Amino acid sequence: MTDLHSIAFMLNGKSVTADVDARLHLADFLRHTLHLTGTHIGCEHGVCGACNVLVDGRSTRSCLMLAVQVDGAHVETIEGLTASGQIADLQAAFTARNALQCGYCTPGVLATAAELLTGNKPTRDEIRDALSGNYCRCTGYHAIVDAIETVAGKRHGGAP
Amino acid sequence: MKAPAFAYRRPDELAEALSLLADDGAQVLAGGQSLIASLNMRLSAPALLVDINRIGALRGIEDRADGIRIGALVRHVDVLHSPVIARQVPLLAMALPHVAHMAVRNRGTTCGSLALADPSAEMPALAVTLNAKIVLEKQGARRTVAARDFFQGLYQTDRQDDEMITEVIFPRAADDEVFGFAELARRHGDFATVGIAVRARRSGDTLENLDVVIFGSEATPLLSPATSALRIAADATAPMLADMAEAITATMEPMENHQGRADTKRKQAAVLLRRTFRDMQSRAFAGKGNGHD
Amino acid sequence: MTANLKTGASLPRRTAARLVAGKGRYTDDIQVAGLLHVAFVRSSYPHARLKRIETRAAADMPGVVAVLTGNDLAKVCAPWQTQLALLPSHLSPPQMPMAQGEACWQGEAIVAVVATSRALAEDATESVEIEWEELPVVADVQAAALADAPVVHSAMTSNLGLDHTVSTGDAEAAFRQAAVTVEHTFSFDRQTGVTLEPRTILAEFDPRLQQLTIHHSHQVPHQMRDIFAAQLKLPLSNVRVVAPDVGGAFGLKLAAYPDEMAVATIAVLLERPVKFCADRLEAFVSDNHAREAKVHGRMAVDADGRLTAMDVSVVSGFGAYSAYPRGSVGEALQAVHMVAAPYKMAHLRGRVRGYFQNKPPSGVLRAVGQPIATTVTEQLLDLAARRLSLDPAELRRRNYVDTATATARSAGGIVLAELSLERCHDRLLQLMDYATLRQQQRMHRDKGIYRGIGLAAFIEQTAVGPTLYGAQNVRASAQETCRLTLEADGAIRCATSITDQGQGTSTALAQIVADALGVDIETVEIATGDTQLTPFGGGAWASRGTALGGEAALRAARKLKESVLGIAGALLQTEPDLLKIEDGRIYNTASPLPQMSLADIATTAYFKAHLVALTELPALEITESFAPRDLPYVAANGIQAAHVEVDVELGTIRVLDFWVVDDCGRVINPLLVDEQIRGGVVQGIGAALYEQCIYGADGQLENGSLVDYLVPMASEMPDIHVAHVQTPTSATTLGARGVGEAGTVGAAAAIWTAVNDALTPFGVVLSEQPFTPERVLDALAARKD
Repeated sequence: MTDLHSIAFMLNGKSVTADVDARLHLADFLRHTLHLTGTHIGCEHGVCGACNVLVDGRSTRSCLMLAVQVDGAHVETIEGLTASGQIADLQAAFTARNALQCGYCTPGVLATAAELLTGNKPTRDEIRDALSGNYCRCTGYHAIVDAIETVAGKRHGGAP
Repeated sequence: MKAPAFAYRRPDELAEALSLLADDGAQVLAGGQSLIASLNMRLSAPALLVDINRIGALRGIEDRADGIRIGALVRHVDVLHSPVIARQVPLLAMALPHVAHMAVRNRGTTCGSLALADPSAEMPALAVTLNAKIVLEKQGARRTVAARDFFQGLYQTDRQDDEMITEVIFPRAADDEVFGFAELARRHGDFATVGIAVRARRSGDTLENLDVVIFGSEATPLLSPATSALRIAADATAPMLADMAEAITATMEPMENHQGRADTKRKQAAVLLRRTFRDMQSRAFAGKGNGHD
Repeated sequence: MTANLKTGASLPRRTAARLVAGKGRYTDDIQVAGLLHVAFVRSSYPHARLKRIETRAAADMPGVVAVLTGNDLAKVCAPWQTQLALLPSHLSPPQMPMAQGEACWQGEAIVAVVATSRALAEDATESVEIEWEELPVVADVQAAALADAPVVHSAMTSNLGLDHTVSTGDAEAAFRQAAVTVEHTFSFDRQTGVTLEPRTILAEFDPRLQQLTIHHSHQVPHQMRDIFAAQLKLPLSNVRVVAPDVGGAFGLKLAAYPDEMAVATIAVLLERPVKFCADRLEAFVSDNHAREAKVHGRMAVDADGRLTAMDVSVVSGFGAYSAYPRGSVGEALQAVHMVAAPYKMAHLRGRVRGYFQNKPPSGVLRAVGQPIATTVTEQLLDLAARRLSLDPAELRRRNYVDTATATARSAGGIVLAELSLERCHDRLLQLMDYATLRQQQRMHRDKGIYRGIGLAAFIEQTAVGPTLYGAQNVRASAQETCRLTLEADGAIRCATSITDQGQGTSTALAQIVADALGVDIETVEIATGDTQLTPFGGGAWASRGTALGGEAALRAARKLKESVLGIAGALLQTEPDLLKIEDGRIYNTASPLPQMSLADIATTAYFKAHLVALTELPALEITESFAPRDLPYVAANGIQAAHVEVDVELGTIRVLDFWVVDDCGRVINPLLVDEQIRGGVVQGIGAALYEQCIYGADGQLENGSLVDYLVPMASEMPDIHVAHVQTPTSATTLGARGVGEAGTVGAAAAIWTAVNDALTPFGVVLSEQPFTPERVLDALAARKD
């Protein structure tokens, strides 16, 4: 059984229309229908955070949202966040600090960090708390915390 | 794993949603943070998902005469950042940082958490502690159930299949009320192995009228029956608080699972409770030289 | 011009800039026209006979192209059997891509549904009917060892898959003469790797060319090419395996998995491209597991605190089959042979037995058995220190093996050379301010706060050579090869047999090549992971990337430099000895002006060779291989320390701080090395505190989801302070030792010793990993009663 629905939404600043099956989750829609493979799937039960994207500016598990539900929403994936330059400082800090190894968790981590850094300058513990929904098997987290802390410091105009 | 096939409707009006819910196999989709995960594991197979996210009437936290109303579309993140909640339902504000992770809080809803009745979730326990009023609606009918009557068993509530929770109303905290919250989770944001929520009234140099709820370990939030005579005096010592905690946790019936045996959870609950009492005592009587350990 | 040297510099990885932009290209990201998807019906029973499989209803489901059983695949794929020449008793029955007749673990693939989408394939799996006959289950390793235990597979006569002893010196006598003898039992729960990118394979077969192309999330594409060709009876040259970006591996992606063999087989059978991506739930029951072991250890120490003997008995759990092709014995053997490797100790008696069980096969997981040996040794040392009223650091300091120059063997036969344990130890104590921490610990105890300090010195086997698998007749190559080409535009192309799952090996190789040749690192391009583009070799296993792949690259670069200077000499009519290369230009040592560029050399050699006045034109494509053949491996060493706080009422443990001093020889890139260590440490902390595959006696996995299998997350992990001592190995020109497993080898042991140090006032020593709150409380309760 398929239950197709027409949707229209903003994806990375551009309007997109599509017909989607009700059961298709947003992560699969982004990856396999729209070929935006920067969003990754690690568990499909909302635990690992690899599929985090921004929906209306907020980090969201794209495996726990149906594609049909983004009708009318603004969705930003790692591709859009990169193209707009809005997290260029985070990306540069992650690269410089080697805050990633295999890179599979990274787009989701960056979505979390992007939202975190819209607020007040976080402490190291607050960064760790915010990252507590993003699983990274490679780095041990220390470098990720360093990189986000550096950017937080720079964005708030002081030394990290 | 991919979700099994289902039909999907997204009504703009509550009446339409309720009419769709009258069909067999229809289920409400609100935040989806548990529902879609269970679909992705093929643990549930609804015929129809009724997405309520477009229904404006279900939005909003409101400070009303009958209490603080949280609509079915209010997400954990809204509660976390709400000045109304911080002021009027401080227990919720205390507990919210323990609820899952940022991305899940951004979608998950208070009412959805109540409807699911996961034994390890915080919301059902808080609703029971404060005896919130849960409003259920179905086509042509609306009723209000006290939270203390709502949770019936493991993932079982008083809600019928054709009903949805449209809002929950938390009582406004009184000036003399003091709250406590603590939970033990293996990692930050995990579901609680065991958790504690407490409400008390301050009267002179004591905290009394204690409502103590233990959750996580029990099939449903356990409102301790043994608290009516209990008081926490400003100078109550740690051993006294420990005795109280042990008397209360003696009534627990913890579920045994890979997080621990019943006796372990009872022991941990007693520790959490004693520390929560201690914390409440020191906040309630700050500067009054409370008892020594 | 040493100022510009890249070797030793903290250069960021070039790949990182691509990955942070979401431009990774993992196997599931690859688009192929007409792609079909595979979903497996897996055994829900740990042991059952397959009496009847009915697939017709499933075959009629929408989108379904084929529904295949083990018998169907057997027509194309030959069975395989792990065999280790030196350990003939380590034998499980021949294996097929999917079970035939008998399922031996919960999660074993039984039927493959091939459909136009994964969702449709999964829909159809629900219509496959299987009639099962449940068979007796052996889950617990001690149950498997019982004389009357049922067998894991009906083709087996016993569950015993390894019985191995080691005896050095006279342990019996040493224990008799010991001033102090300590003993303890240790239990290590089953773990699994939980790579964030699950196992994924995409297989395409072109029937016209009889060409099989496989994109595979894997560490060793050359090994897999060999296996796919052999099992599918294709000429080796008709098989190409490509490992694109890989989202974590950690040894988990070293094996030939039956369900992945099934996918390759289905591609050949259907002559259609097919993909399988393990979902998280099936990953937990089909990825190789590791670590399951029970150990009893004893240690003898003399009155001066000199370690004299150990006696260890290990029982290891193998799962249902021996992992292919490397076997499942590594964990068990290392657990015994690596004990006391950092210490002078003359006498060792060890016995290890391994048993098959109705659980997923066990295989390689980062640090293979070394964490077990390190934990047993370090915890026993701490117990001995207590008995002798010696500080644990002091006891270690008295016992380190001194191999500054000479080659030595540990009592377990571990080959040691050029170690720096004492220097690492001294550096660590300084780094962590050990004395102050001890002082603070006493003050905290008086206030009812229980903090512990744990040390763990370790030896890490790195850069393992051919004696490990070669001697076992296992076709797992230990040599690493570099093919270095001067491109026609003057750039350098470095094709390596090494694979890189994020460790940063590619960057390290580029640094080595750039320095050795004297070129800008931006002009060095690395090709890796594709059997068609890269020379034959091992890949990523046993911490070999930089140590061995780097050595091959260095040797190739030196030869290429000789060729370039030879040609330059002829063109400039100068002795090559008087020429040098800097920044990609040829200089005469007598002049500050560049004479020509590498591009000029390439242009001349490739298009105008008639201008080169040499009888033989030196090769501008050089291939060099390296494997340590005099040594079995290059031992690295180091020491770790953990600072923890135990909540003795709740049973919870908080890791406050963590330190590592590591000696991986010459450090090519500190930025990358430090993160390798930190990542490894966190995996060790995960083992000690969180990770466990919880099996009931009925052989069912009870926590097979990422909600219930706890991996270490950011909130609970500490900052990890890393420092280095650098003792270049003389086994290579490069001098680098491996470092990929260092963190994991010692971290769990440091947590063990720290937690048990915290619990010293209670006279309690934990013995079961992971240290769950319940286990902590149980230990405390047992002692108090």
